[in-house]
Amino acid sequence: MLAIGTNTTKAHPVIALQLKAASRNGTRLIVANPKEIVLSRHAEIVMQQKPGTDVVLLMAMMKVIVDENLQDQQFINERTENFDEFKKSLNTFGIEYAEKITGVPGETIIEAARTFATTKPASIFYAMGITQHSHGTDNVIAVSNLALLTGNIGKPGTGVNPLRGQNNVQGACDMGALPNVYTGYQRVDNPDVKKKFETAWGVELNGKNGLTHTEIFDDAYNGKIKAIYMVGENPILSEANAHHVREAIEKLGFFVAQDIFMTETSILADVILPGASFAEKDGTVTNTERRVQRMHRAIKPVGDSKPDWWIAAEIAKRMGGKGFEYAGAEEIFSEITSLTPSYQGISYGRLEHGGLQWPCPTTEHPGTPILHTEKFPREGGKGKFMPLVYRESAELADKDYPLILTTDRSLYHYHTSTMTRKVEGLELLDSEELLIINPEDAGKYGISSGDMVVITSRRGDVRSKAKVSGECPPGVISMTFHFAETPTNDITNPALDPVAKIPETKVSAVKIRKVV
Amino acid sequence: MEKIKLTIDGMAITADRGKTILEAALDNGIYIPHLCHHQDLAPAAVCRVCLVEVEGRGHTISCRTPVEEGLTISTESDHLNKIRRIPVELIFANHDTDCIACTRNNNCQLQRVASYLGLERDSMDRMRMGNIEKPIDTSNPFFDRNPNRCIYCGICIRTCDEIQNINAIDFASRGYKMTVSTFGDNPIADSRCESCGECVVRCPVGALSPKTTMEPSRSVKSVCTYCGVGCGVELGVRGNSVVSVEGDRDNAVNHGSLCVKGRYGFEFINHRERIRKPLIKKNGKFEESTWDEALDLVAKKFREYGKEKVAVFSSAKCSNEDNYVIQKFTRAVLGTNSIDHCARL
Amino acid sequence: MNSSAGKAGKGGKVVKLKINFDEITIKANQDWKELQSAKKPVILVGTATCGRSAGSLETLEALRHEIKLAGIDCEVIEVGCIGLCYAEPIVCITKPSQPVVCYGDINPAKAKDLVDNYIIGDDPVAAYALGTLGDGSINGIPRLVDTDVFKPQVRRVLKRCGSIDPTNLNHYIATDGYKGMNKALGMDSKGMIEEIKKSGLRGRGGAGFPTWKKWQFCNDAPGEQKYLICNADEGDPGAFMNRSLLEGDPHALVEGMIIAGKAIGATKGYIYCRAEYPLALERLDMAIEQAHSHGFMGKDIMGSGFSFDLKIKEGAGAFVCGEETALIASIEGERGMPRPRPPFPAISGLWGKPTIINNVDTLASVSLIFQNSAEWFAEYGSKDSKGTKNFALVGKVKRTGLVEVPLGITIREMIYGIGGGILNDKEFKAVQTGGPSGGCIPASLIDTPVDYDSLAQVGSIMGSGGMVVMDEDNCMVDVARYFLDFTQKESCGKCVPCRLGTKQMLDILDDITQGRGKPEDIDLLEEIGFSVKRGSLCGLGQTAPNPVLSTIRYFRNEYESHIVHKKCESKVCRDLISYSIDQEKCTGCRLCYSACPTNAITGDKKKPHSIIQYECIRCGMCLEKCPPKFNAVQCIPGQIITERS
Repeated sequence: MLAIGTNTTKAHPVIALQLKAASRNGTRLIVANPKEIVLSRHAEIVMQQKPGTDVVLLMAMMKVIVDENLQDQQFINERTENFDEFKKSLNTFGIEYAEKITGVPGETIIEAARTFATTKPASIFYAMGITQHSHGTDNVIAVSNLALLTGNIGKPGTGVNPLRGQNNVQGACDMGALPNVYTGYQRVDNPDVKKKFETAWGVELNGKNGLTHTEIFDDAYNGKIKAIYMVGENPILSEANAHHVREAIEKLGFFVAQDIFMTETSILADVILPGASFAEKDGTVTNTERRVQRMHRAIKPVGDSKPDWWIAAEIAKRMGGKGFEYAGAEEIFSEITSLTPSYQGISYGRLEHGGLQWPCPTTEHPGTPILHTEKFPREGGKGKFMPLVYRESAELADKDYPLILTTDRSLYHYHTSTMTRKVEGLELLDSEELLIINPEDAGKYGISSGDMVVITSRRGDVRSKAKVSGECPPGVISMTFHFAETPTNDITNPALDPVAKIPETKVSAVKIRKVV
Repeated sequence: MEKIKLTIDGMAITADRGKTILEAALDNGIYIPHLCHHQDLAPAAVCRVCLVEVEGRGHTISCRTPVEEGLTISTESDHLNKIRRIPVELIFANHDTDCIACTRNNNCQLQRVASYLGLERDSMDRMRMGNIEKPIDTSNPFFDRNPNRCIYCGICIRTCDEIQNINAIDFASRGYKMTVSTFGDNPIADSRCESCGECVVRCPVGALSPKTTMEPSRSVKSVCTYCGVGCGVELGVRGNSVVSVEGDRDNAVNHGSLCVKGRYGFEFINHRERIRKPLIKKNGKFEESTWDEALDLVAKKFREYGKEKVAVFSSAKCSNEDNYVIQKFTRAVLGTNSIDHCARL
Repeated sequence: MNSSAGKAGKGGKVVKLKINFDEITIKANQDWKELQSAKKPVILVGTATCGRSAGSLETLEALRHEIKLAGIDCEVIEVGCIGLCYAEPIVCITKPSQPVVCYGDINPAKAKDLVDNYIIGDDPVAAYALGTLGDGSINGIPRLVDTDVFKPQVRRVLKRCGSIDPTNLNHYIATDGYKGMNKALGMDSKGMIEEIKKSGLRGRGGAGFPTWKKWQFCNDAPGEQKYLICNADEGDPGAFMNRSLLEGDPHALVEGMIIAGKAIGATKGYIYCRAEYPLALERLDMAIEQAHSHGFMGKDIMGSGFSFDLKIKEGAGAFVCGEETALIASIEGERGMPRPRPPFPAISGLWGKPTIINNVDTLASVSLIFQNSAEWFAEYGSKDSKGTKNFALVGKVKRTGLVEVPLGITIREMIYGIGGGILNDKEFKAVQTGGPSGGCIPASLIDTPVDYDSLAQVGSIMGSGGMVVMDEDNCMVDVARYFLDFTQKESCGKCVPCRLGTKQMLDILDDITQGRGKPEDIDLLEEIGFSVKRGSLCGLGQTAPNPVLSTIRYFRNEYESHIVHKKCESKVCRDLISYSIDQEKCTGCRLCYSACPTNAITGDKKKPHSIIQYECIRCGMCLEKCPPKFNAVQCIPGQIITERS
């Protein structure tokens, strides 16, 4: 197993249990992470690459595999295309070059490559450490190339496993809470799809892709967007370069926030609508392995709060929308399954006996634990190797900003901590931001554990207590973004990946000084 | 799985190969007293009360002995009771027996074993009492560690090792002075412990007990609201409050395991700071309003701005149904595709 | 040198092997002979740990100093322990063409006498001599083998201890050393195990399990990697058999391990020895290094194709680590706690691989069997207990020491023959064999033969060979309490019966010896003892109640006397004795009066004194101070109850 760009024990503790158990039972674990994480203790090979150099690390591993002829040639021949083109692109990723860029000893890269290529089956786990980069898409492609090269896709114990952050981030995407697709990734710019939804919903629909998260704030800032309806989000803490988000929101004509608590963002709203928490709702969520599971209402909504769907439907009805007269969650789910092929065979009745992994096209279908067993969802059904070049992170350490700040998470808090900081015990266990800094750097700046430090980037500054620890290598510092008192994302880099439009919160150039 | 036939107390039973005698008995509804056995953990064979007699072999520790074809086992005899009664009496002589004050009262393996063996006050009183005034570790915000109720079965240690792979605790010191200790015997809060509570759940007595111990009146299955793993939970409900969370052992994702947030991070649900009514900002201050007033205001404003001027953020914390309705509203009513959520953060 | 010889090719293998070993032997013999037939005097000083604690290093220093002063050419060699603990420090002197004379109790002053009279002069100082070694005798000094101490003994395992330089490999080789290994290298496992079976060797560590059977299990167990472990974690109070052997003849163990490794197919061996044995560890280290440099260890030993390596693992002195599975856990770096069996180590031991654990004496005996023969080994011993066995004979005997006797000898022969009888000719009461796991054998069973089965029959065990002799002044309840206190402290705590049972029994014994015993306590002790024996996880707990159960069995009256009459007849348990002053004899000299730490003695000067019982803490100072000519203070069993006025 290769775990890259995931601090699993903190962000996905229960999956980490399974990784640790596998390692204990003899599965060989390779961990690649700029920080020395808890999972490293359980790994056979540990690589601490510099933040933002994952493409180089992975491509160099693949060059070793190809050079030593360790690739799964049969899989490549039968199930993929564009291998030769890709092979050429490996040429630049020699081991010395990789060692120089990533900071990982060449022998370790070679050892990792050999181990990964010769141990079957092998799987890859990754999380935000791969995606939150200005070249996050390249990182993901590199991961997928590695899986294709070693034939580790579509079989038990293999695969590329992105570990998703939120409990229903998979579901939100599946449901079309994205600017370019309806449910089940049916594209809004596809006329057939448009027609299907127009028929189902009885309205005329817009065939043009909408704006992404970051673009919405940009347009709000520029005055093109006048009103925002925001459900359960706290971008003032979570978004890179959060200053900009605050200013954008302040420029809006009308801002509606729907949430269970007052947050750093909702306090800016003109109207706040009280949503119900998960315990107060019936419904389904879809986890990181595409498993649709049933939530049952445990208590009635606290106060006058209402399920989020009810609120949206009420606004819709008051704006003249048709087809929003739902009696309950199950009725909505039926509408979803009728419009979404991958969910078609799922029903509340079936979910009573445990979750189902989509695609589940028919009511008899058992669900699909493993994707791409026979073909890939592309024209021709083959997996495509993508040649890659190394693109540096948008900001590198330089004379003025000599350190790289990367973001991480705490086991005890969740995202912007809107919920977890309401739990007294969790707050006791972890009550403030701690900037992790290597002893070598700490020495340079005269910083000891417990000192207050100002961290400054090109976008602003924040203050945090320091914790001197070897978890971070020299030159790299790390912070979470759980604490409103230390809004780390005020200073992170909003540079976007051109395809996925994801901000580069994992690599920002900063300077620090101790507060005396 | 190969089936093994054996006889326990004259009853012919079958068990899967690899099961222990104790597991086979329990699976077939035959109780053999035991304290250190836990279904999720490798056998430790330290409490020595699960003795049975195997024909031809004499007394045998049942939690460690695999079933074999044709074994004839008896779980009850004077000889057995003579051997296994003493350890239980000894445990009681070193145990805080104020059961009413214990969170495990009526759900305690030690009570069960004692009643099985017919232990009475008198028989326990013949033993010299040990020290049951050792200090209690209350440092963890979610649970206490009370050594005076500990029976040193090692289930917590094995859980932390075998299931969690964290190893925050282990045995320290020898013999009668043995304790369950953190590294350097620091309070548990200053140890490597991640407060997952897996040991608390498995403690067969009240040595590890949750700080808030409201007994729920019913339990409802749901899915944990934190990360993307999607652990099955059972919400313990009392009145209109969630008072406990337990892992759902039937769930294919977590098989009952939970992390600290999942198990203990439920206080926010009924938190006093929950927004209970729609709020409308008037003159820079939020004022409570009715749903009608708030919804009408929102609908009116959105209508005013019209197409392409309104954008929507949905939430990865909301259900599929919520997200579906929100995107449908965005597309069908607001007429825009400018909807997104925090998938990238 | 030898490993390269082994690589020379298959053809020359056998020849090479012979040549190499013969060459080495010839050289060793020359070295040894030179020493024996030297033109100059040779002085051997026993500087094992036992000698050192008696001051042998000072004696050594004095000898060297005197020799230097006298300007005499003389060889001084440090050797191991000859086994005569009561006579340490021990010095042996050989003069050209004279038998070796062995001297006891040689302090620096006596050392000077020896140099002056025997090294410089020709007077062998018969007054200091214990006897001569070997056949010759001089000037009325008896041969040691004819003395009572040595007569019943058959020194085989210990034959080199005290007579060779343990740091000199040549001494070992010249006395048949590594001959056994050389023989074994040419044999197959089957033949080797057969040889051990013929010899009748049983494990010397405690339970007496037939060694060949254990080896056979391990040999039959599937698996490429197997391990051999020597249990040198001697932990019984008062036992020092292993220490003496390791210090005095370390190669005997190393050779035995190579042979055993070959027999069971282990390529790696561990010696688990307690860190409190620094000298033994040093000697072992050296022996292993010497074996390596002579090609007796390492890859492809002497071209035989068999490879073997030894590693020393120092234990921290936990008694429970002498238990096989706890020992394995300790080597693995885990907390030294026993693991339930099955699986037995021979099937799944160290790191889950088939593992044999043998005791030091067992492995040294293996060397002997292969150096000589199975038949030779079995010459001595009884029907089911073959060979000789080392014992640490300690306690209330006149001559304590490390002895080696043929199995089957009676307890009487050991105590009254070798030991010279009870100290101060008091009454023999009991002997504890097998350390804290063993039992007390009463005087009435003094003619019990010392072998595995006879000892078990009377409720004790052979154990590793501790033998603690007790006389009328020993209180058996106190003895049981002492041993239980030890096992209770050494219990690892893992299983309930041992952790809590031994503590409970100790609490009860504390109560009994302090006058708080209840009549039902004896039954309760037996009941708990039974459950602890049957219910405990490992050998420690399964045997821990033995001292209590055996003393109850043979000395129940003492328990009853403590409980019912509140009397300790042996006058050991402080709370159950009293001191009183004989009014007739007391002259009022006031010596006791001023010595009493609690001012419990009253009386006017020159008038008889008396003791205020409730102030008395029974420290015995008054008895000690009372001049023998008056002999007025007496200690009597039982409590004298007087009320505080």
